[in-house]
Amino acid sequence: MALSDTQIMTDARSPRELAANKRRPKVLRRLRQHGLVIALALVFVFPLLVMLSTALKSPQDVFSSPPTLIPTEWTFNNFATAFDQIPVWRYLGNTMLVAGLSVLGTALSCPLVAYALSKVKWAGAKPLFIMVLATMMLPPQVTLIPLFLIWNGVGATNTYLPLVVPAFLGTPFFIFLIRQFLMNVPDDLIEAARLDGASEFRTYATIVLPIARPAIVTAAVFQFVWAWTDFLNPLIYLNDESTYTLSIGLYAFFGENDVAWGPLMAACTMFTIPALIIFLIGQKFFIGGISAGAIK
Amino acid sequence: MSMLTRRRPEARAQTRAGAPKRPRTRRRSFWIGVAFASPFIIGFLGLFAYPILASGYYSFTDFNLFQSPDWVGLDNYEQMANDDVFWKSLANTLVLAVMGVPLTIAIALGGAHLLNTPIKGQPLYRAFIYLPSIIPVVVGGYLWRWLLNTQYGFVNYFLSWFGITGPSWLQEPDWTKPAIVLVVLWTVGGTMIIYLAALKDVPHELYEAASIDGAGPWRRFLNVSWPTVSPVTLFQVIVCLIAYLQIFTEPYVLAQERLNNISSGPDQSMLTYAMYLYQNAFVYLKMGYASAMAWVLFIVTLIVTLVVLASSKRWVHYGSQ
Repeated sequence: MALSDTQIMTDARSPRELAANKRRPKVLRRLRQHGLVIALALVFVFPLLVMLSTALKSPQDVFSSPPTLIPTEWTFNNFATAFDQIPVWRYLGNTMLVAGLSVLGTALSCPLVAYALSKVKWAGAKPLFIMVLATMMLPPQVTLIPLFLIWNGVGATNTYLPLVVPAFLGTPFFIFLIRQFLMNVPDDLIEAARLDGASEFRTYATIVLPIARPAIVTAAVFQFVWAWTDFLNPLIYLNDESTYTLSIGLYAFFGENDVAWGPLMAACTMFTIPALIIFLIGQKFFIGGISAGAIK
Repeated sequence: MSMLTRRRPEARAQTRAGAPKRPRTRRRSFWIGVAFASPFIIGFLGLFAYPILASGYYSFTDFNLFQSPDWVGLDNYEQMANDDVFWKSLANTLVLAVMGVPLTIAIALGGAHLLNTPIKGQPLYRAFIYLPSIIPVVVGGYLWRWLLNTQYGFVNYFLSWFGITGPSWLQEPDWTKPAIVLVVLWTVGGTMIIYLAALKDVPHELYEAASIDGAGPWRRFLNVSWPTVSPVTLFQVIVCLIAYLQIFTEPYVLAQERLNNISSGPDQSMLTYAMYLYQNAFVYLKMGYASAMAWVLFIVTLIVTLVVLASSKRWVHYGSQ
């Protein structure tokens, strides 16, 4: 376990520890701390550097043994090949459409339901909350086959309906997340608006929605990344190549006998960048959201 | 919108004439509640309630998608008991969980502990560690296949620095499971950040008190940090277990050999329960059998979760005092 005297000592400064710290030079201690943290971060980031470097390597470099991180010759050919082998723009567009509509659905539906669960005083709130929790626990495999049969029955395979419509009907996890957030908002604020004669929807739209924005953005960013990276649902519902999202479109790089690693890594890079951008924009909400959703 | 505003005064006038005040507002707020919750109510009925009932029914039928379901009673469940591949996939999945869950907890908590120091640039390191969690799983799978390549990959190359000849990760049945776990562990950042948040809540006085009592770093970890974060650990163990029991994409991508080819690795060592369920449903079109498998998975998940919850009385401490 990565546990050393120094780490705990910086947390807890008892006189005895302060004395102990003096024995070891401060610079050395800080260097070791930084070293460990940097090493940890590097382990997680290194594979992504390999992805990028492989994407920018010439074929000879890609298959060099031992492997190298820095290409001897930088090239964008793999990207060009990737564009030749699969319709990258179309797949990116398809994926963007699915992710965008899913985010829209989540942002429209989940706060509504969360509001009904937290701020509307009605008899259904408790049973409904139990239903939300129960659906969160259910393995998706249980509903997988009937859902496929429903969508197949209405002729919606090879469309994005099966991937997008559920978001408009509220995702239990996000309803839960926003509900937890709204529970901390004082009732007085909403009560005041109601007393002023605002309709319930108006109260919701003008008071509650703006307050809940951090939770809604968290849910939206999560939903984007989930939809963007989803594999199983596109695999099940999309059979026509023109409808493919990138998750299943990358298949094409698997030949009969070999894998085109350079172009595959180039396509993977292009697939990763949009999720990365969303992550960087929403980072503050995103990382805060994971811990808030899990603990509080 | 105009419809709504026009109807409101009427509704108000109607109720004002009749019933006393409280029931009126209560009834009104009931329908308001229903209206706001309606997306989920529709979703619950259509995407959960009906499918659950249907899946329960299909599990007792022979159903190949083209003909209507044929009631066969417990046949599917009996068949499962005699299906070697079923047992293999279940065993593979349990092995993955047994390997993966403790490692996830240990690495996440260890890493969180390491990050829980006043260090410059901490948000940046935190973001780096979380980064793999937002990478498409498919990308992660392909990337790690490349990293684990015996000839051109970095993993065995790094091992060779220490004089270790790395295994053929994806070709030897004994090494495919560690490979899957490795790929999943790469996304441990989310768990680590939850632990980090929990560790930040540990009161400093507890460490001080422990130090004054003469506790060394390891004792302080065991007697202060570990019990304080134990409710979070319980949550993590359950979430992580459930995720492993349902694991699909990582082994699917790591095992894949060719275009449009369902592979399960050497000696079917990468065939997980969810993969076999998927094969039965969408490759062999045995919808009834797959539904029965889904229910068994549900029951296994429930039992495992309840066992963990029951054991938690021994090791989870609520309230830091």
